[in-house]
Amino acid sequence: MSTGFRQTDERSLSDILIRHETEIASAWISEQASLISHRPDLLTETELRQQSRALLSEITSAARMDPSLNLANSAWKATRDLLSEISRSRALAGFSPAETASFVFSLRGALMDRLQTVYEEDARSLAAAMRSCSTFVDQLGLVTTSTVLKTREELIKKQQEEMLELSTPVVRLFDGVLCLPLIGTLDSARTQVVMESLLQKIVETGSTIAIIDITGVPTVDTLVAQHLLKTVSAARLMGAECIVSGIRPQIAQTIVHLGVELHNVATKATLADALALAMQKRGLTIQRVNKQA
Amino acid sequence: MTKADTLPIHTEEDIVRVRQMTRSLAQQSGLNLVDQTKIVTAASELARNTLVYGGGGHVILERLQDAGRAGLRLTFEDQGPGIADIELALRDGYTSGKGLGLGLSGAKRLSNEFHIDSRVGEGTTVSIIKWKS
Ligand SMILES: Nc1ncnc2c1ncn2[C@@H]1O[C@H](COP(=O)(O)OP(=O)(O)OP(=O)(O)O)[C@@H](O)[C@H]1O
Ligand SMILES: [Mg+2]
Repeated sequence: MSTGFRQTDERSLSDILIRHETEIASAWISEQASLISHRPDLLTETELRQQSRALLSEITSAARMDPSLNLANSAWKATRDLLSEISRSRALAGFSPAETASFVFSLRGALMDRLQTVYEEDARSLAAAMRSCSTFVDQLGLVTTSTVLKTREELIKKQQEEMLELSTPVVRLFDGVLCLPLIGTLDSARTQVVMESLLQKIVETGSTIAIIDITGVPTVDTLVAQHLLKTVSAARLMGAECIVSGIRPQIAQTIVHLGVELHNVATKATLADALALAMQKRGLTIQRVNKQA
Repeated sequence: MTKADTLPIHTEEDIVRVRQMTRSLAQQSGLNLVDQTKIVTAASELARNTLVYGGGGHVILERLQDAGRAGLRLTFEDQGPGIADIELALRDGYTSGKGLGLGLSGAKRLSNEFHIDSRVGEGTTVSIIKWKS
């Protein structure tokens, strides 16, 4: 197949796009409205119309510059950007990847209907134009899909970060006693942040006892141990004593084999034990209140 | 019979994945909770050394099954600067960085078998085995 031949076909599709922009837009919009993936709860009819028209108008102006309809060419940058933006906003709005992709894939139906009308008498040209149409819509689909994937990755990363922050609140148990329940993986960056927030809170509240609970920490290696020891020393300098609790038996054995010395750190097996110790140090006791009295 | 997996070690997240994979293989090999914790912790130490001192590398994880004995072998490899004095590196408390200097010797104590092979300018290979007890 010669290049000249292909170019003629593609020029045909681009010509049709340019000449019938308005009709294609309406056909596309009604096609979308009839899809199962149509989600009026997430996107209003007006927005759908605006987005479709805006994208199609970018497509036709790019088609004027590049009739070969090759999305990799610079003429299509504005189209790619707009499509990415729309796809991104849909992914963030809660459309599933399939629903988001159906936005551009439904353009195929609208285009093919139009091609059929135009090439009614010319099966050969119709077949060629259909091919170009498929290739073109597939390229749009790829832009959408990769944007959706990227958006999801960003979202997951953000959620992970939020979860990290959420899972490490410094709580005040009672007057002068703080508790830091650590949960999850303790790697350098995060541990640093968590430990600093504990020290900060010690200063703010003038607490004298801080319980660091590691029940939710799956692995205590030398790095975690080092962070714990540093925090304990820093807290001590600020006048607070730390109790490390939640050291499960298997962790205790492992720490011993590692050779980490927690000699001058108060340790307790459970948070309850640590709490009892903290109360004792503060001169407090828990008393059962007689309901009858 | 052995089954091997290889994981890259180039980021902190890779270390987390090495720990997770080690834990899951240790469970599949029937190791008890204490031994699982030991091998996971040793893996964490060696993976971090691979990243921090070896400049990154990979680990090969193998489930071992010979003569009715089940176990797990982890082999950490890097093409970093190597270790000039292995005896010194294995001494408790020795660190050329800012660590506690307990990772390498600790990993040895936490495992049943420990082999280290290192050449200056070529890289380091550390291999450990934990047998089901
Ligand atoms: N893969 C490696 N490549 C080059 N040098 C290494 C490697 N592994 C360990 N070393 C050297 O051996 C020393 C001791 O290692 P070890 O893991 O015992 O201590 P650390 O990593 O310095 O501190 P810790 O592990 O206690 O946090 C390191 O400081 C480093 O100089
Ligand atoms: Mg180390």
